[in-house]
Amino acid sequence: MRVNFTVNGSKETVDDVWEGESLLYMLRERMGLPGSKNACEQGECGSCTVYLDGVPACSCLVAAGQVEGREVRTVEGLATGSTGSDQELDPVQEAFVEAGAVQCGFCTPGLIVQSHDLINRVPDPSDAEIREALAGNLCRCTGYEKILDAVRLAASRKAAAAK
Amino acid sequence: MDFLRPLTWEDALAAKAEHPDAVPIQGGTDVMVEMNFDVHRPPALLDLNPVRELTEWDGVDGRLRIGAGVPYVRLIEELGDRLPGLAQASRTVGSPQIRNRGTVGGNLGAASPAGDSHPPLVAGDAVIEVESAARGTRMIPATEFYTGVKRNALEPDELIRAFWTDPAPGPQYFSKIGTRNAMVIAVCSFAIALNPETRRVGTGVGSAAPTPRRATAAEDFLSAELDWENRGPLSVSAAQRFAELVKEAASPIDDVRGTADYRKHALSVMARRTLTWAWNDYRGAVPGTGEGKEAS
Ligand SMILES: Cc1cc2nc3c(=O)[nH]c(=O)nc-3n(C[C@H](O)[C@H](O)[C@H](O)COP(=O)(O)OP(=O)(O)OC[C@H]3O[C@@H](n4cnc5c(N)ncnc54)[C@H](O)[C@@H]3O)c2cc1C
Ligand code: FES
Ligand code: FES
Repeated sequence: MRVNFTVNGSKETVDDVWEGESLLYMLRERMGLPGSKNACEQGECGSCTVYLDGVPACSCLVAAGQVEGREVRTVEGLATGSTGSDQELDPVQEAFVEAGAVQCGFCTPGLIVQSHDLINRVPDPSDAEIREALAGNLCRCTGYEKILDAVRLAASRKAAAAK
Repeated sequence: MDFLRPLTWEDALAAKAEHPDAVPIQGGTDVMVEMNFDVHRPPALLDLNPVRELTEWDGVDGRLRIGAGVPYVRLIEELGDRLPGLAQASRTVGSPQIRNRGTVGGNLGAASPAGDSHPPLVAGDAVIEVESAARGTRMIPATEFYTGVKRNALEPDELIRAFWTDPAPGPQYFSKIGTRNAMVIAVCSFAIALNPETRRVGTGVGSAAPTPRRATAAEDFLSAELDWENRGPLSVSAAQRFAELVKEAASPIDDVRGTADYRKHALSVMARRTLTWAWNDYRGAVPGTGEGKEAS
């Protein structure tokens, strides 16, 4: 089947999509957008998290056909500017790099999208709110402390920038 | 395989009538796990996301009619004050991403005995509104909706339109046992709902029998025992007897998540605790008594 939708601001048409496949599969295997990771395909790990109409969802649990006419934003769509010197990372991405919140990096795209959403909704999240927001994102490397640091850093930077 | 995308409720019913073996999909949090793992490959998926009616809720003659496609996150935010028991249960479902997509309609469709919405629906006398193009609407009390492990009362041409329930007339609580605070399928769960107007107690027992169920004897005992009039204190023996009767209502099995004995014990503890919280709230609701939840 054919699926028409907007991804990272650009209108796309994808052909030959299998009716039973996930949005995650379509993004990674048909559209050259491998930022969202596939680690469990059952909603347990959060590494495939994307925005669907502005709301974070596990793209492995969205059927590709369900995004017809809708808007998807992946981790690839968070930085501004095109690839190269004019590209600017989102503050959440920068904070993850600076705080050392990335080891193997497999969980990172999902955590970044989920943290990005948290900070948009709750500009100054408490530790409890951060933990709650990230409860569906598993990381096997970092032990989470540096991830919490990164989210706190990103939130404070964003608050400072808003002043 | 087909992918059906009706844009209205009428079209959805027509599509289901024409393709009775099409699998409806809302949040996909159950359906897509099965698809990804090839548990079964249905001849068609019937996407209900575009059907706007399903994502709306309304007050009708004092009752709430909540579309089958309202996700947990919205139940919590928009209806948490009117349906505290269901909101508490919703907060325990999966993770934020799962709550953003998952729905009570999908929980009912899946009809897992461990589904978290079931105990509060049963305790709160919810009624499930289902519809088919051929025979119109049927109103099915939640207690009759679940017919077996992962089986429900839907006919092949029917879809779930909404569930109906009263805004909480009194305190409601939900409690669930699991290994962590997120991403946990209930080992067992319990919901209580006090109705001071009818002086009845509602209960819902989850994950401790082939279907969610009420603890009817426990409800009858407690409804008669409580001092509704004077909002008197709860006696230890009444709470214990209630807990015992809840435990007797369960017929759990041993499985990977827990043993039958553990489930029974845990249910009696949850029954006593949720009753204490609820009754203290009811007592604390009297202006001027100065008693509230802290008093527990
Ligand atoms: C990681 C993870 C964690 C989870 N944790 C929990 C948890 O803690 N507690 C819990 O209860 N559940 C949990 N679940 C299961 C699932 O999220 C819930 O059952 C949820 O309520 C399903 O809703 P949905 O809209 O995603 O359903 P879908 O997957 O879209 O559908 C589920 C079933 O209902 C049918 N259906 C859907 N809508 C209709 C309709 N309108 N009419 C008729 N049939 C319909 C479908 O055909 C399917 O059989 C979890 C799932 C995952 C992946
Ligand atoms: S791959 Fe989607 S949640 Fe793990
Ligand atoms: S950095 Fe390796 S899983 Fe998180």
